[in-house]
Order: sequence, then C-alpha cells, then structure tokens
Amino acid sequence: MLGEGIIKGMGETARNFLGSYVSKKRLTTLQYPEERAPQFPNARQFPFLVYDGEDPEQGLRCVSCQICEKECPPKCIYIVKSKDKRVDYKGQMQFYPATFNIDISVCMSCQICVEVCPFESIKMDTEFELSSTDRFAGLLVRKPQLAKSNDHYRKIHPHDAAESDAALAAEVAKVQAKAKADAEAKAKAAAAKVAPAAPPPEATLAK
Amino acid sequence: MSATLETPAKNYELRPKLSDDGETELLEVSMGPHHPSTHGVFRMDVVLDGERVVRLKPVFGYLHRNHEKIAEGTSYLSSMPYTDRLDYFCSLTNNWAYALAVEKLAGLQVPERAEYIRVITAELTRLQNHTCLIGFLMQDMGALGTPLMYAFREREKILDLFEALTGARMMCNYMRFGGCRVDLPPGWLAAAQRIVDEYPRFLDEFETLLSGNEIIIARSQGIGVLPRELAVNAGITGPVARAAGVDYDLRKVDKYGIYDRFSFRVPLGDHGDTYDRYMIRILEMRESLKILQQALKDIPAGPIIDPKAKLRGFRPKAGEAYGRIEAPKGELGFYLISDGGPNPFRYRVRPPSFINLTVLEDMCLGNTIADAVITLGSVDIVLGEVDR
Repeated sequence: MLGEGIIKGMGETARNFLGSYVSKKRLTTLQYPEERAPQFPNARQFPFLVYDGEDPEQGLRCVSCQICEKECPPKCIYIVKSKDKRVDYKGQMQFYPATFNIDISVCMSCQICVEVCPFESIKMDTEFELSSTDRFAGLLVRKPQLAKSNDHYRKIHPHDAAESDAALAAEVAKVQAKAKADAEAKAKAAAAKVAPAAPPPEATLAK
Repeated sequence: MSATLETPAKNYELRPKLSDDGETELLEVSMGPHHPSTHGVFRMDVVLDGERVVRLKPVFGYLHRNHEKIAEGTSYLSSMPYTDRLDYFCSLTNNWAYALAVEKLAGLQVPERAEYIRVITAELTRLQNHTCLIGFLMQDMGALGTPLMYAFREREKILDLFEALTGARMMCNYMRFGGCRVDLPPGWLAAAQRIVDEYPRFLDEFETLLSGNEIIIARSQGIGVLPRELAVNAGITGPVARAAGVDYDLRKVDKYGIYDRFSFRVPLGDHGDTYDRYMIRILEMRESLKILQQALKDIPAGPIIDPKAKLRGFRPKAGEAYGRIEAPKGELGFYLISDGGPNPFRYRVRPPSFINLTVLEDMCLGNTIADAVITLGSVDIVLGEVDR
C-alpha cells in the first residue's frame, strides 16, 4: 500500500514524542546553565601549573626545561627561563620559569604538554567556562593564573594525582638514597685517602 | 598594431550558453561555499539546463590548513592531535591510521589489549559516523530535524564513552605509537556493552522510520548511480564503492590489527545509487555491532603500550611506510618517509573523502539539482579531510 512506510514512520515519531512525557530516558537534553552534565574523571580542557605547599610562586614544580614549549603542536606556550636557580622539592638547585604564558585562544587541549613533562608540573584542568570579554589580554593566561595547588589537582583527577604523587615521592626517595650513598662513599674515600700529591705546577712549566 | 594590445575580450570564449538542442539557455550556478547542504565550506560550480545538471565542478580548498607541511616541521607525536582534525567525526580512526604508519616505520609491536581497545573504539566511531551521516542525508532530502535528532541522541551516548576514555568528545587524541594513551577506566566496558546491546533496537527504530518511507525511496532509488567499473577505475573506497558492488573492505583485504579474529560480513550493493549507499551504512552498522560484541567479550588484560615506545626524543630509523585502515569513509592512509630525524621528511595523507569526491560529476550528470545535493550527502564527505 502506498504510504504505508510513511505511516509507520509517523508512528515511530509519535511513540518518541509521547514517550518523552512518561519516560525520562527519551528526554536526553539538559537545560545547560541550570543543569550540568556530570564531568568525567579523564576530562581535559586547559593546562595549569601545579605547585606544592602554600606559595604559588615558590612551590611551582616547573623547572623551565621548555620541552612542552617545543612539543606543543600549535606552539601556544611561551616560557622565559630564570637567570638564577632555586631549591626544588628534591632539595636540588633548579631553574624556574620567569615567565610562563599560555595563549588560550591557540591551545587545542590536546594534552601533549602533560604527557611530555618529566617533572609532573603541568596538568589538565576541567574548567571549561573560559570565555573572556577581552580577546587579547583576556585570553593570554599568565603564570599567576596558571598556578594551581596540588590539592586542586587531587580534587579534579584523584586517580592521576595519586600516581603523580607516588612518582614524585619515588624521585625524592631516590635522591635521598643517592645522597646517603654519596655521603658514605665520600666518608670512606676520605678515610682511605693516602694523598698522592700532584706534581708541582712549576715542574711542568720549567720543562 | 601588435597583438598584445588587442583586448582580451575578443579571444575570450564564454561557456556555451545554449543547451545541446539549442532550445534552452544554460545557467551557471555557484552552490556554496556557504550553502547549508554542502556540509562545510565546499562549492559546486553547476551548469544547469532547466533543472538538470549539465556540468558540475567541485571546488574546494576553503578549509586548507597546511596539515601535511606542518607535520613535516614538528615531531611525530605533535602531529597526532592534528590528525583528529582531519575527519573530525572520526578522530579515533584517524589516530589509528597514523599510529599504524608510524608503527610500521619504527617497528613497534602493539600489545594485545591495545589492539582490542583500538578495534572497539574504531567500530564505535564507525557506528556514530554512519548514524550521523544518515541523519544528515535525510536533512538534505528535506526531513528537517527528526532523523538527525534521533541520530544525534544515539551519537551522544557514544561520545560520552569517548569522553570517559580519552577526555574529549571529538578531538580524542588517544592512540600512541605502540599502543594507547590511557587504560580503560573502571566500568567502561560495561557501559560500552550496554550501548552495543541497545543499539540494534535503535537501528530497527531508524529503519522503521526511514527504510520503507515512500518519499525516501522515490527520492533516492536510481539517483546518483555510480557504475562498478567507474568506482574501481577512480579508486573509490569505502561504503560508496561497496554500494556499487565492489568487494573491497580493508578489514578483510589487509586484516590490519586483529581483524582476522572476528567473524563479520561485508555488505555489498547492486545498483550503486543513493538508496544503496544509505542501506549499506545500515547494514555495516549491524556488522560493526557483531564485531563489537566479539571484541567486548574477548578483550584480555595486560599492558596497553609497547615498552619500547618512546614519548620524548622519538626518532624512527630512515625508511618509508604506508599505513592504511578502513575508516568509516573509506581507505584512510598515511604515507611517511623518515630520514632518521625527529620529524618526518615527507608526510602524506590519503583522504577517502577527497578521492570519493572526484566522481561527483559522473554521479550527478543528468539528475536534477536537488538530486545533486542528495548525491553529495550520500558520498559522505567531511571538509576537514578533503582540504586538510
């Protein structure tokens, strides 16, 4: 019969339409600003810099190695390395970023910077409402806005943060073990030292 | 007087203004690049005799982003997020094709579990691509809204799965050379299983809505016919070629990854018209569901990435490799030449949408302009991939 297919199709739409009054499953939309979809633990939006402790400036984990700047596909990271060094979480002297800017209008949230960072210092945030009324300065995110505490990271990605904390603790343990071994070796060497005197420099000069 | 001073208008031959029988005047229409039915910034230069298409020239390049040259200037890893943007509906299959090429180049082995994850994500990608494509095709025919909204409702569920796994809905950037980036989150397989189990019901609903609809049959049967010989000669791949009866599916031909372990069939069409191209996609989704059922049942535990794979300082040895997969739109290939450096010496994409578009004129000639829109819709192009 001509028109049978159309009638069947209409029946299908009618079932969906009327069904939406009785079944929550057929109503799949959310009224966005009032209602919000739950976020997934893996969600990624925009990078931030992790700091330990209380001071965002002093506790910054970034050592300004500039790997992320090099690997960033759209090249939206801009880093200026510091002139001096400071003590990092392992107790070693390291550089720190004097400037760390990310151009959020260029960033494509790909997470490559997070993956290549060897110091667990740049991570992905889940904040997505990032619009600004100023399209130049408002979209260039500088170091103070980028720095967020490790507690924040633990809150948004609990599983990843636990892994990252464990990796850092292992690093610290390794450094301490090495320092201890070095100290022991040094003590041993000092004890066993018989002082083989180097030839005086005058002798070589005279030749 | 020298010839150079002559006005160019004297030698400038205008296109024929009259039809072959000399009775009607031809009209040249530029459809696009902002026409809503062209699926992006794509222009068709159409010459019309009344309502019939006499000549059709696809014009593209409005979305050219210099993808291949950019890839030659950055490291292998940095190109991975750019491959998401080729065919932005199917980022996971794009990732796979690129990863496959680099793995061939560097000789990396993919662990078992990662292979299964790749198959599952690729087939889910195929499901959502074909579902949406049918929605868009119906919209081109004038069914504004309903089928497309139903398609998007289902696609949303699959995108939620992708977001739970990769962190992004469309720009997944998930696969890595020698495996995958992160392991499946807890409960992901159960959620995927639920969607796969419910999907046939949606397909039945979709088919009740569309397959027997007289308007769709009248609009699409015998329209935009692609002959089998032409499909083979022009290098057409994917559902468009299979609708024309060409038995060519890389999952069967190449058996890349672990596709030799799954039992599934390759649906083929007889007529090569728009209705066949619609039907092929419905049937392919049903076969994809079969693969998904098997893969979700068999997925083993284990590592997800080759321990030899290096993230920083990745330099494959000099050589060349071509990795290709059956993307939802056809054969997607990446051709790489390495000179041993950190970035490829040559990087070339074989985009299925672009090559399938080359026969658009042959399919549209003689049909009406409204049929040209449907024919374009049934070829399934994404301009991000056509223009790269």
